[in-house]
Amino acid sequence: MSIEVRGIEKRFGDFVALTDIDVHIPTGQLTALLGPSGGGKSTLLRIIAGLEDADAGTVEIEGVEATHLPPQRRNVGFVFQHYAAFKHLTVARNVAFGLEIRKRPKADIKAKVQELLELVHLEQFADRLPGQLSGGQRQRMALARALAIEPKVLLLDEPFGALDAKVRKELRDWLRRLHDEVHVTTVFVTHDQEEALEVADEIVVINDGRIEQIGPPDALYDTPANDFVMRFLGPVTQLGDHLVRPHDLVLSSSDPGRLDKGYVVEGTVQRITRVGFEVRVDVATADQVVLVTLTRTEMAGLGLVEGAPAWVRVVPGAPTVRAIGPPPDEQLLEALDA
Amino acid sequence: MASSASVASRPKAVSRPKVRRRGPLTYVFRFVVVAYLVLLVAWPVSLIAKQTFADGFSTLSTAFGDEEVTAALGLTVRVAVVSVLINLVFGLGISLLLVRYRFPGRRLLSALIDVPLSVSPVVVGLSLVLVYGGRDGWFGPGLEDAGFQIIFATPGIIMATTFVALPLVIREVVPVLEEIGTDQEQAARSLGANAIQTFRRVTLPAIKWAVVYGVVLSLARSLGEFGAVKVVAGNVGGKTRTATLAVEHKYQQFGADNLASAYAIAFLLAAVAVACIVVVSFLRPDVSEKR
Repeated sequence: MSIEVRGIEKRFGDFVALTDIDVHIPTGQLTALLGPSGGGKSTLLRIIAGLEDADAGTVEIEGVEATHLPPQRRNVGFVFQHYAAFKHLTVARNVAFGLEIRKRPKADIKAKVQELLELVHLEQFADRLPGQLSGGQRQRMALARALAIEPKVLLLDEPFGALDAKVRKELRDWLRRLHDEVHVTTVFVTHDQEEALEVADEIVVINDGRIEQIGPPDALYDTPANDFVMRFLGPVTQLGDHLVRPHDLVLSSSDPGRLDKGYVVEGTVQRITRVGFEVRVDVATADQVVLVTLTRTEMAGLGLVEGAPAWVRVVPGAPTVRAIGPPPDEQLLEALDA
Repeated sequence: MASSASVASRPKAVSRPKVRRRGPLTYVFRFVVVAYLVLLVAWPVSLIAKQTFADGFSTLSTAFGDEEVTAALGLTVRVAVVSVLINLVFGLGISLLLVRYRFPGRRLLSALIDVPLSVSPVVVGLSLVLVYGGRDGWFGPGLEDAGFQIIFATPGIIMATTFVALPLVIREVVPVLEEIGTDQEQAARSLGANAIQTFRRVTLPAIKWAVVYGVVLSLARSLGEFGAVKVVAGNVGGKTRTATLAVEHKYQQFGADNLASAYAIAFLLAAVAVACIVVVSFLRPDVSEKR
């Protein structure tokens, strides 16, 4: 019982949106589809919802083969980035829409709408039009509307993308708490790695129409599968031919000696920037500039100044990934072969 | 809603004098525009009203006593209502097709829809005669054998009128459909609505005002069509003579009574057209507010 996506392919003309996508989304979890814009994550979500047809592959929702079901028969709740509020209907009628379509008794609809409006804290706005609500309120209304049909799966397409930073943060926390309350299988699309790391139980990283890695947030952060995931999920700097997180580097003011020789690099402190509790040090080595971040206390203990010699090494056990350039252009290689 | 709208427009109202300074040039422009409109539109149309009411209401009552006149008015109303209904149904269908679907030839279809606006109505009438004419049209003789007369009968008049008013509903509805996008429709689908429920509950309320506007424009155009109808109608008094044709016919006859009838019908046509414009101008601000 879950969402099973197998072998999904999707093209828009010449543009390949998705290739060979296999995902298993477990029941009752909050899963994030994370990736840069244009990477295909929204397309995948819309294929799961039935709003877009895949060129190949199958979708199974909670044990029901859904590949060719129209959206209205998939029993999924969908929340759009720009709310998609029915502008001519009041907030209560918006929430009631799915129930009215299903011809539920009036009293039942009324009770359910009331319950949902309380859940999303909009009970005092029941008789307003969507145009009289703020963006955050409209999105909560859209969520209540999607939840009203008691969907097996709740799909959210960049749900907080159109909101300002502060409201986005609030709604993010609220979504997490809401999910802990209602436990509906939820998939949301985001390009904000912080949002995914904070809210999701499981993250699917999608780039260039392919899945780069699937795993819980900690696993993705600590053991990234490749340089793309490493770069996308947090700050990185390059030491030698390895990518490493700047806070996983140790700086010393004297040569630490022969231990970990392979990872010790000598350089000169080029620039010191202090941002609140964090100090960022640019160390110029023979062939590159390495960024190291440390706390103010650590920095004070080292007594380094700009221009002083410094030695950089990686904390034992810290995740590193071999840095490779962007993958070679396959079409170009084919052209060279031919 | 009203209160928020007035709050939003207040700063605009305050800053308006700064933007528009009233120099002597403003008054010159105003005079030119007003004079232009008076000479070209207001004065000639008002003369119709003046002629109609030169003898009080007797002109109108005489005209309405004439069976030929009432028959012409009745025919015009019937033709206009039927062609507006046809254009409403097809207009909505074509609008949805143009905006919501991508298919080869879509741009050609979009261009074709504007043909009735650019082609002279007389040409429209003539082309209909060539296709449906009873003697040597393409379909005409066959249809006539089967008992359907199109040219020189009401169906022909309806076709000609429908043709010239064809783009009006579409040109109102298409931009609004494009503006509202597909999000609301997709949301309705995901909530369980089928295509018909989605259209009735979500799409139609969103384009309601554009549809009303298009219908009013079509109605005005249908009531006033002359050229195309003239070619296909046959102009038989009491049978295939519409109101516009009756104006011309009466005006060309001798006698003060006929002249008075021409003025009376012309006045009625003008009055309905003005009423349409008034209705539309009351709807316009509504449209922008509802969005």
